[in-house]
Amino acid sequence: MSVLTTLASITRDDSWDLPLFVHILGAMVLVGGLALSATSLIVAWRSGSAALTKLGFMSLFCGALPGYIVMRAGAQWIAHKEGLDNDDVDLTWVNIGFSVSDLGFVLLLVSLVIGGIAVRRINRGEGGAPSLSARIAAGLVSLFLVASLVAVWAMTVKPT
Amino acid sequence: MYHALLFFHVLAAFFLAMAALIYSAFVLGSPVNRATRLVAEILWGVGGLGTLAFGVWLALNRPQYDIFDGWIIAALVLWVLATGSGARASQGVQPAGDDSAVAIDRRTAFAHWMRIFWFTALLVIMVWKPGA
Repeated sequence: MSVLTTLASITRDDSWDLPLFVHILGAMVLVGGLALSATSLIVAWRSGSAALTKLGFMSLFCGALPGYIVMRAGAQWIAHKEGLDNDDVDLTWVNIGFSVSDLGFVLLLVSLVIGGIAVRRINRGEGGAPSLSARIAAGLVSLFLVASLVAVWAMTVKPT
Repeated sequence: MYHALLFFHVLAAFFLAMAALIYSAFVLGSPVNRATRLVAEILWGVGGLGTLAFGVWLALNRPQYDIFDGWIIAALVLWVLATGSGARASQGVQPAGDDSAVAIDRRTAFAHWMRIFWFTALLVIMVWKPGA
């Protein structure tokens, strides 16, 4: 199976190209949004900057979330095209991809909610320092970013 | 060997994407913080060197690819264009001391959006591999 998947990755059908492009482009926007959010929230954690806390949240909302939707749509498109979305298929790299995607979506949603609460507190003028919720968001976003890079490893190395 | 090279090549491309997105936020008016800009610069530098080094290594490693294939030459040209645009954009974005947004001049913004254009074109070439 390893040889087959390797060959498939080298000599894949041309009809894969567009869904693969959509999938990778979405994934790049997703990790870019996560990287900006994590960096901003971690720096805000140390400096207490309200502007960077807001940037951390906005980069999740305007970058990571749309990127996630496009990445997942591309993944489903490829999986459906190649019959990888059947329950019979048990490939480690596919399982890692879907697991990171599903868990990541939960982390993203929770980060958006608690990041939104932190921004709301800032907008109301309730203290200048980043709240506990912004710090939790920093941790969750960092976790999703690392998990996304693990998924990149799984998609390229294709462990079986 | 092939999978390790491919992983590091793709990982480096993701570093480039992270840097490009952070700079997009700067150009669109987000606060320019010294640490965030430094992270973007490191990602762009490591990603640029990584994509080039591991990409060339991959081309030499795979018998079905040749370094003088049209799509690989096109990718190298696009890499140079993206790097040049990126260097111009980096010079024009300097951090504000108080984490506030900074005014980005039109040339810097144009250089940045050209970097995004060349990078996307590079991704298209990598996925479709025309002529391969």
